[in-house]
Amino acid sequence: MSTDRHIVLEDVRKAFGPKHVLNGVTVDVERGKSLVVIGGSGTGKSVMLKCILGLLDPDSGSIKIDDREVVGLRGSDRDAVMAKMGMLFQGAALFDSLTVWENVAFGLIQGKKMNRKDAKEIAIQKLGQVGLGAEVGELSPAELSGGMQKRVGLARAIAADPDIIFFDEPTTGLDPIMGDVINDLIVHTVQELGATTVSITHDMTSARKIADKIAMIYKGEMIWHGDAKDVDESGSDYVEQFIHGSADGPIQMEVLKP
Amino acid sequence: MWNNGGLSPLNFLAVIGQVVLAAFADVGRLSQFLYNSVMHCILPPIYPRLIFEQMVRIGYNSLPVVGLTAFFTGGVLALQIFIGGSRFNAESLVSSIVALGITRELGPVLAGLMVAGRVSAAIAAEIGTMRVTEQIDALVTLSTNPFKYLVAPRLIAALVTLPLLVVVADTIGIMGGYIVGTRSLGFNSGVYIKNTVDFIEFIDIFSGLAKSAVFGFIIALMGCYHGFYSRGGAQGVGRATTNAVVTASILILAANYVMTSLLFTE
Ligand SMILES: Nc1ncnc2c1ncn2[C@@H]1O[C@H](COP(=O)(O)OP(=O)(O)OP(=O)(O)O)[C@@H](O)[C@H]1O
Ligand SMILES: [Mg+2]
Repeated sequence: MSTDRHIVLEDVRKAFGPKHVLNGVTVDVERGKSLVVIGGSGTGKSVMLKCILGLLDPDSGSIKIDDREVVGLRGSDRDAVMAKMGMLFQGAALFDSLTVWENVAFGLIQGKKMNRKDAKEIAIQKLGQVGLGAEVGELSPAELSGGMQKRVGLARAIAADPDIIFFDEPTTGLDPIMGDVINDLIVHTVQELGATTVSITHDMTSARKIADKIAMIYKGEMIWHGDAKDVDESGSDYVEQFIHGSADGPIQMEVLKP
Repeated sequence: MWNNGGLSPLNFLAVIGQVVLAAFADVGRLSQFLYNSVMHCILPPIYPRLIFEQMVRIGYNSLPVVGLTAFFTGGVLALQIFIGGSRFNAESLVSSIVALGITRELGPVLAGLMVAGRVSAAIAAEIGTMRVTEQIDALVTLSTNPFKYLVAPRLIAALVTLPLLVVVADTIGIMGGYIVGTRSLGFNSGVYIKNTVDFIEFIDIFSGLAKSAVFGFIIALMGCYHGFYSRGGAQGVGRATTNAVVTASILILAANYVMTSLLFTE
């Protein structure tokens, strides 16, 4: 095992009451690479990210970051791991009591104890990178459209230059052009900062563009894992069906047929 | 579950068991929450700016409600004591008893209950919304402890602000009694004031303020606790808000009894 594995999940399981969401997820991400996780709605992708971040405790299994077991980590050890990570939430999760720039600068001011003036400068620069002008910085999140909120969430996730960044559906709710700008930004962030990223997306164009590796999750398990360029010859019916977005195939949606 | 003899003795015991276990789980969770909150109130860093913001929201914005409540209560107290006192020819006690009743009991308790309705609900709604929209998770990922950033400032602010509000409530309450006493019950203004000032003791005021600090803590704690553990979207936040107000009010009345018996039994 000569490659430098930054994040390693082994047999991670998580249930909410009787509902088994993760049924033994095993996956790893190399340092400085980008993993894209694809999979149907409700298959546990967001839950997986929250387990890696430590927002949820897995029921069993192991999660290693920098070769260090992080499951059950508490206190200052947990803080040290958390300081290296950034997250874009699926619903943006902006603090609505703060202005947009304060949101972006939050990790710098509260987490890194930077003074407000310097933090604001960085925040406005990051907002620029996601295509939002300085004047947007003074608005409150409630005054933004869904897509703008998403981009502010993205700016907030990358503001503190973390080692590991999680993007939960970064391009959902954006028009195709802005979606591509965001894809470029993610690729750039990975190259520039050398960050390791895990992204969740339903958008195959985006996945092909930003992924070094692609993994597909189905019913709480990783059913396929490989290089992004191999995704078209995956040999898996599930992956085939997903990337072509076809209703016919092994994945059956539980819906009533009209 | 229901059709195989819902009332058999074993089922009945199982239900009791579940209820008791759930109650213990709740108490355990609350104790843990209380411990975490208090630790974060005591240990640095403390955020003065956030505490000040909360003091304005809790204290300043509650002034009209608390003032009006106190004013009418003082007035009605004067009327009732006058009527009751006249049966024993003891009308002259009105001013002293109004002062005593307001400072010891009615000022702190009514201010506590009114603020519980306003502030517990507001805190639970705000923190509950932050919970269900993942803002609390986002705080954690930005290396900020929600206890430090959200809970501690509210607890400290409420603990400090409630006694200040009660000072105002006491003053306005006594004034309400004075206005009713002098305007409609025919007391002489100078005598009324002299009776009030002569009769009232330090312990009367102090005990009321001590109680109100505890009430403030209860108000913020219940708001934060129910908000923090709210689940399930807007409906869950609504439930958290109601529960916060109800539990805060009941705990205030219970704490009032306990503290009164501790402070005044010798
Ligand atoms: N806190 C929770 N409590 C109970 N169940 C939960 C919780 N969080 C997630 N779930 C359940 O776990 C399952 C997976 O949720 P998750 O959010 O990971 O889906 P997802 O793969 O991200 O889907 P989508 O693509 O729609 O975002 C869902 O069925 C959801 O109901
Ligand atoms: Mg999701």
